[in-house]
Amino acid sequence: MNRLLLALLAAAFLAAAPASAQNVVGTPTKPVQVPPQALELEVQQMLTGGRIAGRITIPDQQAANLIQPAGKSWRDFHNTTLTWVGGIAILGILAVLALFYMSRGRVMIEAGPSGRTIERFNLLDRSVHWMTATTFIVLAISGLNLTFGRFLVLPLMGPEAFATFSQWGKIAHNYLAFPFTVGIILMLILWVKDNIPNARDIAWFKAGGGLVGKGAHPPAAARFNGGQKLVFWMTVLGGAAVSVSGFILVFPFAFTDIAGQQIAHIVHGLLSVLMIAAIMAHIYIGSIGMEGAFDAMGSGQVDLNWAKEHHALWVEQELARGRGAAAPPAAAAAGD
Amino acid sequence: MPWGINRRRVVTINDGKPGERSISMACMHCTDAPCAAVCPTSCFYTTADAIVLHDKDTCIGCGYCFYACPFGAPQYPRVGNFGGRGKMDKCTYCAGGPQQDNTSAEYRDYGSNRIAEGKLPLCAEMCSTKALLAGDGDIIAQIYRERVQQRGYGSGAWGWRTAYRIEVRS
Repeated sequence: MNRLLLALLAAAFLAAAPASAQNVVGTPTKPVQVPPQALELEVQQMLTGGRIAGRITIPDQQAANLIQPAGKSWRDFHNTTLTWVGGIAILGILAVLALFYMSRGRVMIEAGPSGRTIERFNLLDRSVHWMTATTFIVLAISGLNLTFGRFLVLPLMGPEAFATFSQWGKIAHNYLAFPFTVGIILMLILWVKDNIPNARDIAWFKAGGGLVGKGAHPPAAARFNGGQKLVFWMTVLGGAAVSVSGFILVFPFAFTDIAGQQIAHIVHGLLSVLMIAAIMAHIYIGSIGMEGAFDAMGSGQVDLNWAKEHHALWVEQELARGRGAAAPPAAAAAGD
Repeated sequence: MPWGINRRRVVTINDGKPGERSISMACMHCTDAPCAAVCPTSCFYTTADAIVLHDKDTCIGCGYCFYACPFGAPQYPRVGNFGGRGKMDKCTYCAGGPQQDNTSAEYRDYGSNRIAEGKLPLCAEMCSTKALLAGDGDIIAQIYRERVQQRGYGSGAWGWRTAYRIEVRS
């Protein structure tokens, strides 16, 4: 094969200069042997190892890096570490949920639905939740697409359709980052006061949340139990870290250099796949996994028996405040 | 070619200090190209001449190739939202893109396709000291071997001892 080779001699052999290099000067026809010059060794030393940057006369300052060997580590992270961590986390949580569903089944309201409801989340609570949730899902799909799409989606769609899909995914990812971040901040403001960890949460975890094993009873909990607090802090802290690292990525080189961008991507990628796995469990237990749970974020009105079984202390508090449980209007009942 | 793109650049290290060196850098057309390895849309391809090219129609401007490339070859026009990236551009070894050779569509997206015209890349043809060479691999290797024999290995071969000599020897 007539292979072409661009022999940029200067750069191609940067790493190849051994310390024992013969120092030869003079004209090509009359080479002169001289002892190694200290300066020359200094330059050779500088050209081995890490990133080498210099001065350039073009506006793009990112071009000032001559070589950055860290690109290899980032490649290994993106192609190997992130793929495996993400794959294991997401498939693993699916397997755990499937096993849980097969062994425990749907977690039912033990006393059965009472038909009377109590307001758990008002319209503001639910709006903030669903703004964050919907943007999270779009961000998750468009983000996972960058790591797994070329293996899973590209063969199905073909290159043109996949490029269009990925291009829209990138635009969506960049813009929806903002409402997602706003959602995280609002969630923190709305719910932090009921999510301070306390001794009751330890008891809740010790009892497995009353979820593990047939006939297990959930321990009494206030507005949020230990598991919900875990989801809250995972969302708020993880969401904050993903947002900060994401803004570094969406404004490339505005805050940091190439090494910083690579670290931001590593933090963003790892935390994102772990959050996606955790949120899949949250989605499961908030929908098909537990009878009556979806209403909390659906209509905002939960069945009184569900509330008593999972949040007895909160129900007592609400009733003491005179926020009584109401029989649902016919329309809402039909919607349920 | 989009504004602000410099497919080949000269980086001066130790500028103004002892040991100053200027080095020309562009895409190295790697055998196991990191850009191609990390590209989410698999837009890179290697030609029969072992040139690494990419397809701007499937590039989404994510910037991953710039993170992975050791040589800083990929560049992005600033056309995206938030000062972000448009479709990547890099040195094509003057070999154009995936379109039909030497069409106006190819020229618009990738510049000249000198390889299809039977010429070598412009940088190599222009280089007055023949520091940049292009051509068949075995011929280039032969020229390099001769330089090593005559000038010494490492930086000797690429002529730094001549170009940056402090004392002029007779």
